[in-house]
Amino acid sequence: MSTEPLADLKKPPAGMDKPVVSLDEPPPHRLKGAQDFLHAHPTTIPAIVLLLGLALFSLVSERFFQPFNFSLILQQVTVIGIVAVAQTLIILTAGIDLSVGAILVLASVVMGKLAVELGVPAPLAIVVGLAVGGFCGAINGVLVARLKLPPFIVTLGTWNIFFALNLWYSASETIRAQDIETSAPLLQVFGIGFDVLGARFTLGSILMIVIVAIVWYVLNWTRFGRHLCATGDDPDAAALAGVRTGRTVIWVYTIAGIVCAIAGWVIIGRIGSVSPQAGQTANLDSITAVVIGGTSLFGGRGSIIGSLIGALIVGVFRNGLALSGVNVLWQDFAVGLLIIIAVGIDQWLRRASR
Amino acid sequence: MVATGIAVMSNTAQPFTAARASSASAAPVLQARGLIKRYGRVTALDHADFDLMPGEILAVIGDNGAGKSTLIKALAGAIVPDHGEIRLDGRPVHFRSPLDARAEGIETVYQHLALAPSLSIADNLFLGRELRAAGPLGRIFRRLDRTAMRQAAREHLSALGLLTIQNVDQPVETLSGGQRQGVAVARAAAFGSRVVIMDEPTAALGVKEGRRVLELILDVKRKGLPIVLISHNMPHVFEIADRIHIHRLGRRLTVIDPAQHTMSDAVAFMTGAKPPPESG
Amino acid sequence: MTQSKVRSGLGASLLAAAAFTMLTVSPVNAQQKPIVGLITKTNTNPFFVKMREGAEARAKEVGLELRSFAGKVDGDNQTQVEAIESLIAAGAKGILITPSDSSAIVPTIKKARDKGILVIALDTPLEPANAADATFATDNFKAGELIGAWARATLGDKAKDARIALLDLSKNQITVEVLRDQGFLKGFGIDLGDPKRTGDEKDPRIVGNDVTQGSEEGGRRAMENLLQRDPKINLVYTINEPAAAGAYQALKAAGKEKGVLLVSVDGGCPGVRNVKSGIIGATSMQFPLLMASKGIEAVAEFAKSGKKPANTPGLDFLNTGVELITDKPTSGLPALSAEEGLKRCWG
Repeated sequence: MSTEPLADLKKPPAGMDKPVVSLDEPPPHRLKGAQDFLHAHPTTIPAIVLLLGLALFSLVSERFFQPFNFSLILQQVTVIGIVAVAQTLIILTAGIDLSVGAILVLASVVMGKLAVELGVPAPLAIVVGLAVGGFCGAINGVLVARLKLPPFIVTLGTWNIFFALNLWYSASETIRAQDIETSAPLLQVFGIGFDVLGARFTLGSILMIVIVAIVWYVLNWTRFGRHLCATGDDPDAAALAGVRTGRTVIWVYTIAGIVCAIAGWVIIGRIGSVSPQAGQTANLDSITAVVIGGTSLFGGRGSIIGSLIGALIVGVFRNGLALSGVNVLWQDFAVGLLIIIAVGIDQWLRRASR
Repeated sequence: MVATGIAVMSNTAQPFTAARASSASAAPVLQARGLIKRYGRVTALDHADFDLMPGEILAVIGDNGAGKSTLIKALAGAIVPDHGEIRLDGRPVHFRSPLDARAEGIETVYQHLALAPSLSIADNLFLGRELRAAGPLGRIFRRLDRTAMRQAAREHLSALGLLTIQNVDQPVETLSGGQRQGVAVARAAAFGSRVVIMDEPTAALGVKEGRRVLELILDVKRKGLPIVLISHNMPHVFEIADRIHIHRLGRRLTVIDPAQHTMSDAVAFMTGAKPPPESG
Repeated sequence: MTQSKVRSGLGASLLAAAAFTMLTVSPVNAQQKPIVGLITKTNTNPFFVKMREGAEARAKEVGLELRSFAGKVDGDNQTQVEAIESLIAAGAKGILITPSDSSAIVPTIKKARDKGILVIALDTPLEPANAADATFATDNFKAGELIGAWARATLGDKAKDARIALLDLSKNQITVEVLRDQGFLKGFGIDLGDPKRTGDEKDPRIVGNDVTQGSEEGGRRAMENLLQRDPKINLVYTINEPAAAGAYQALKAAGKEKGVLLVSVDGGCPGVRNVKSGIIGATSMQFPLLMASKGIEAVAEFAKSGKKPANTPGLDFLNTGVELITDKPTSGLPALSAEEGLKRCWG
């Protein structure tokens, strides 16, 4: 029996210097660069999808790729684009607003009834309509911020309430375009259009772009905008950092209400009449635009430009599919697919931060 | 009982006199006497006292439920005590909210950091106190001065040696745990003018990152700011604290010098296994 | 509050509640009015609002208690199912319903009929139509035929080269919209393909179909897109007058409102006024108030004598009538002027 000399026992066994487990970070997967870029510039994807859509339908239908048609699409998404701005602000605070369409139509009906049936001067009727929108928004804001009720539930309730008020106040009756034209043409002002190089732009579309620009500025270049994003991203962190989260939320819903009321004014220009059935799908349509545009439903991250692009994407697909003559149900199919893809990408980007 | 380097208080209420300290007799920066806070039938603070000397790192340790987080929240303005008094540089202060404490120069690094994940480092640094541009751009258009904020963020980070962070525009959620802690500490150090409070700064970190944060804390101390450090991590506490405030059953039990006692002593005092040393 | 005070307060409230309950819940007695239910598709469409008003008025006159229900949106079958179930539970004698989904509602209707309740479909027939005891409806096919024939006669020689846009309701292709669309095409003289489906016609004069959801917004967008497909459209069929109003806005924006013929169905007062202003060339008027009041009468008769209503001979429903309203009548097609239409319109 031979025993190893003690000195040998003190030597580490062979292979000891090789690491058993490596705690280094795994090599970045190939798409990590893309993931990081997209994380920093989330609006890139919707912009690419928009360009792809434009390219696709240009190939499918020769009547698609025309300046007039593009300006037509812009007109078609104008009202929803404005509502999507309001919805973006609310979703950025990790909230949601199902009552946007009801606020839109209530404000529209108030403006119409005051100006046309009660003879109130149109500018005053419009101001009252905007105030009604702001007031409705403030109710949402107070219920969410002070009573701490979940936004989905709150706006589900106020959607029904505001819409019922609309039906009651309008008695379900439409005010005809001709009557508005004679008594209060200011209500239809955003329908006025002018031609530029074969394309047709309405004041409504211009207004939408102006609103998008203003809100973009507020979100990125003012304290209120930063506080809004922080409140949605992490309300506890924001509060500890000194942000007045309650007040911010109430202001956001109020501003959203006013923007929806503006949309209610713009829609009169588009459809000519004041209709109590207007805006019934505005809530889901605006959420669709916001989600496809890359804003996260979990709050804090997103962009106004993205929502505009989201609205345009839906408009392009609907218009393109209509022009190519396919059955209408494929339009809904396409929109549904776009939503799933958008949410999937958002989730993939979120995993980048883990 | 060794007199130098120890300020020991008994459980009875003490008048607001300067406690004996090792350095040339300096008044406490932050002091509290007789703090009481009740939540229903639970008394979280039961005549708690507190002293923080200038330029020191004071660790606050205590078992779970001892009331140390309530004490810290009272000092940071996150809660309002039912009774008792807090003095800052000898002046009585009443904090109704964390903003009041901040306004007085007390900055807190919270356990969960209070950083908004999708906002950038610069945004987070200035959250709640964003800089506005000068002139009409700032006044009328309320425009933020993002260049100045970015620049300041870079300076504050490098002042604390946080050079691994390249881009102050990247969202905070892309940083590692230790880097995030660094940003939170940098924020407190940048705006804290009198006191910095840190709640469990190394709790969620690994060994390497935890060490970096300890270095950060020492860097903050070098700037001349006194630091209140709440921690469960005895080795860390014993490594950097100048004095250790032991909190038990809602009040201050004793304050010890880490050089004069062992970690197991401290734990024993904390849990009541050993009686605290009395002043001579 | 002390314990005893609390108890006495509680006791007093319980007594008050009991008293209140006894006063408000009327005991079952022989004089209780028979219940009739009216279930419409929605509350928002003025057609159904007027229908409900007509039903309320008539119910009061014949001594029935009317309970009305409505779905939340067009196509909301579930609310209608629940409404029928609560009417069964309440012991209603008759149910008048404009079904949102003409086939999905049939099993629940059977449940009601099995309990001896008279079920009358209003405006939209069920699938199959005899799933209801009776159907009181506009002859929607005829409504379409009238405006189709009018359009053909008005276009005269140009009819063989017409460029036609068809603005329908929704992708669901419910019976009402299919009947009107196909009726219009038949009246105009176009081969129908499958008369149970829209959009399958091969006639080159048709530019295309699009949907409007029956609203102005939808009408405008559908018209814009179809105009983009073929700017030479000169005849537009619309499912209802709000869609026509929206389509007109699109035509006006394109400067085409004078050269394009616009026809519709409904007979609502704003629509008739649009006929008067020349916006809509012709519209087929329906009579929702008549539908509702005849339905109420039928239920009252059934509650009294058990007699069920009869259909119009030759049709499997009771025709509540349809009239052509236009200010440009053509020979051979009886029509009312817009002025006369205003006297009989609804909404």
